[in-house]
Amino acid sequence: MAIKQLTIFVQNKRGTIVPVTKILADNEVNLRALSIAETNDFGILRLIVNDEVTAEKALRDAGYLLKVIDVVGVKIGDQPGKLSSALEVLDNADINVEYLYAFMARTERHAYVVLRVEDNAAAEAVLTNAGFHMITEADINKL
Amino acid sequence: MAQNYYQKEIETMSREEMRKLQSEKLVKQVKHVYENVPYYRNLMEEKGVTPADIQSIDDLHKLPFLSKADLRDAYPYGLLAKPLADCVRIQSTSGTTGRRVVAFYTQNDINLWEDCCARAIMAAGGTNEDVCQVAYGYGLFTGGPGLNGGSHKVGCLTLPMSSGNTERQIQFMMDLNATILCCTPSYAAYIGETLKEQGYTPDQIPLKAGIFGAEPWTEEMRRGIEASLGIKAYDIYGLTETTGPGVAFECSEQTGMHVNEDHFFAEIIDPDTGEVLPEGSKGELVFTSLDKEAFPLLRYRTRDICVLSREKCSCGRTLIKMAKPMGRTDDMLIIRGVNVFPSQIETVLLNEGYQPNYQIVVDRVRNNDTFEVNVEMSPDQFTDKVSEILTMEKSLANAMKAMLGINPAVHLVAPKTIARSEGKAVRVIDKRKLI
Repeated sequence: MAIKQLTIFVQNKRGTIVPVTKILADNEVNLRALSIAETNDFGILRLIVNDEVTAEKALRDAGYLLKVIDVVGVKIGDQPGKLSSALEVLDNADINVEYLYAFMARTERHAYVVLRVEDNAAAEAVLTNAGFHMITEADINKL
Repeated sequence: MAQNYYQKEIETMSREEMRKLQSEKLVKQVKHVYENVPYYRNLMEEKGVTPADIQSIDDLHKLPFLSKADLRDAYPYGLLAKPLADCVRIQSTSGTTGRRVVAFYTQNDINLWEDCCARAIMAAGGTNEDVCQVAYGYGLFTGGPGLNGGSHKVGCLTLPMSSGNTERQIQFMMDLNATILCCTPSYAAYIGETLKEQGYTPDQIPLKAGIFGAEPWTEEMRRGIEASLGIKAYDIYGLTETTGPGVAFECSEQTGMHVNEDHFFAEIIDPDTGEVLPEGSKGELVFTSLDKEAFPLLRYRTRDICVLSREKCSCGRTLIKMAKPMGRTDDMLIIRGVNVFPSQIETVLLNEGYQPNYQIVVDRVRNNDTFEVNVEMSPDQFTDKVSEILTMEKSLANAMKAMLGINPAVHLVAPKTIARSEGKAVRVIDKRKLI
């Protein structure tokens, strides 16, 4: 059920993201979500795209250090407190969230949250039990 | 300032006389090496040169070079030119990389070396009235024994302190009124700071001069040390391969070091072609010993990049001057006074499961060396978690610290991002300006 995240290593220098987005554009890959973790020296770009197979190949061919990993995508009502309740569910189940980022759907009144956890299946199970809807690759492609 | 010379007739010899002396000595030295060092005789034969081809110093360029690799190949006795029965001492480099150099000395070799150090001490204003504190390491390292011997020859009261134990250094310095300090420039700076912390002002410190070498230092550092200790600071140059400190030394003009060229003939060559370059050109410094017995080296490539000059010197010495080396052609780096070889970094990377794709970046910021190592990460080492990458960097830095004794800042980078020139990775970027 998990969704694919493209994880790309870049130097923390001016302009290093431009070529990444250019390659995606040239290959007609659409960005759904983007998050950056950065230190003084390097940054890690995390992308959710509509076509990760094309994106991965194009970036690899261009010499990027990258990895495609599974992350959990959860749909959350666009109301105050919804994210908090999802995180509480995970916390109660002792599931540690390494990082997360969120994006809004264009049409629906929903936010999508991407969660990086150790055990995707466990996180998905507890969230589903608590009444949350997981998002799938199919959902991403429809966005 | 009145000039003191240890061997005035040599130190102020005319150019013509010096060339004559050098030529006479070279002819003998080449013959000595050819007859006693099969390793070098083979190199000469490969080049088709015999001692008969060397009639004067002008023929020097015909001889083959020796490099550090030759010293390694010939270790330990391959370049020895005297029976061990005639040798009385060895000195050695640190050899932390297995690239140990062992140099042999007869009593005459030691005399010659100590003469060179005595010239350096007198050029720094030393006389038999002085108290000379030698705070270079004693032992295999040439610094302590060399300056110790020179100090004896000048007739100074010699304090054979060796390095370290700063409290005791300061106590002897103050109680016995040391007037000349011999040590590495970084240790001199440290002693200066410690004295200041203890509340001493420069005018309360009895020192008048310092003879500092064995590591790169800047003009800015010199001024700092001079101010903190209230002294004049003199540079000294040497290498274990040729003898040790005293191959070249600075005089009161402080514009380069006079080479003891009656014992060590200096050439500057193009490091790529080996061609001898005219005076004033920047290139690799090459030394030829002219009268050594046990460990004579002909055309030894020092890997130091510098410039030679015969401009008239206000001190009256006519000995050729070498500028402070501006860098090295080979791979050894001296960072914070510690010898660092890229091969050591390579070993750590292999031990820790990395590919040996790395780049060392050294700079100097406010008198302190900065030391960074960029390491290419392989795709399977890459993780999406920042904390894990930072942990990997930290553990690599710790492993390098354990190997080198100094702490680098390690940066993991993407594969193929380290600058390459002609397909070969540039392993070392040394941004330190040494002049």
